[in-house]
Amino acid sequence: MTRPALADLTVGDVVATGTVELDRARLVRYAGASGDFNRIHWDESFATGVGLPDVIAHGMLTMGSVVGVVADWAGDPGAVVAYQTRFTKPVPVPHDGAAVVEVSAAVGAIDADAGTVRVDLTVTHEGAKVLGRSQATVRLS
Amino acid sequence: MANPDFAGREYPATAPYSVGREKLREFASAVGAAHPAHHDLVAARGLGYPDLVAPPTFAVVVAQRAEAQYVQDPDAGIDFSRVVHADEKFTHHRPIVAGDELVTVLHVDSVTERAGIAMVTTRCEIFAAADGADGDGAREPVATVSSSLVIRGEDS
Repeated sequence: MTRPALADLTVGDVVATGTVELDRARLVRYAGASGDFNRIHWDESFATGVGLPDVIAHGMLTMGSVVGVVADWAGDPGAVVAYQTRFTKPVPVPHDGAAVVEVSAAVGAIDADAGTVRVDLTVTHEGAKVLGRSQATVRLS
Repeated sequence: MANPDFAGREYPATAPYSVGREKLREFASAVGAAHPAHHDLVAARGLGYPDLVAPPTFAVVVAQRAEAQYVQDPDAGIDFSRVVHADEKFTHHRPIVAGDELVTVLHVDSVTERAGIAMVTTRCEIFAAADGADGDGAREPVATVSSSLVIRGEDS
């Protein structure tokens, strides 16, 4: 696997894109894997009872899923030395079908001295941003 | 509402969390992380790691256990049915790998309230415990996980 080189990058370059499909089974699977069993992520009547439109995806599932395109681009998941986001809008997950989340990752800043690149993720569901200030810092050589 | 007296609190280090290969594979599959370094020992070692590598957000599993000390304390006044996750930040001092024994020191960095909306920010400092030591042995910094929760008031 060829790893990207810092010298070849320019701010604004789109380095990866992807699509993540979140269905109810995926939410249950993430609940089990992460230990986050908050009922708003799997119990529809509970979720609507507390004022949500439907069961919503764990913010951490969305955050954790979309960064995969960055790790794959970097060629080494351990090269992602920092990653942050704001959860700006919940992603409702319907009983049938799936919620489709789209991600586009672009070079936001290059720090040649540190040997790192800041990758900014644009993450949308049905055209609206669901994550804000979503940034991964990747160490490259 | 969220008890402001908790701001600035630091908790004792947790018992060690043992990072297992199958747990990393399970978590990686749950977030759709297909990179072979999460699943295949040969691939992980080929990248120079001693064992399988955790996905970038795996540290949340460790952090949320530590955060439970605070958010599940009745005196903290956090009603989880009214909680919304506001933001999350991971800083990896080195990648987490299978076989790590991780201890976490939880800090409550701030508890604020404005117009019936409370916001609490916690920070987990995650260390590798040398040989799973529970004493004063040297700890290697592994990750810092900051998390903010918003708690809606009764009327909002």
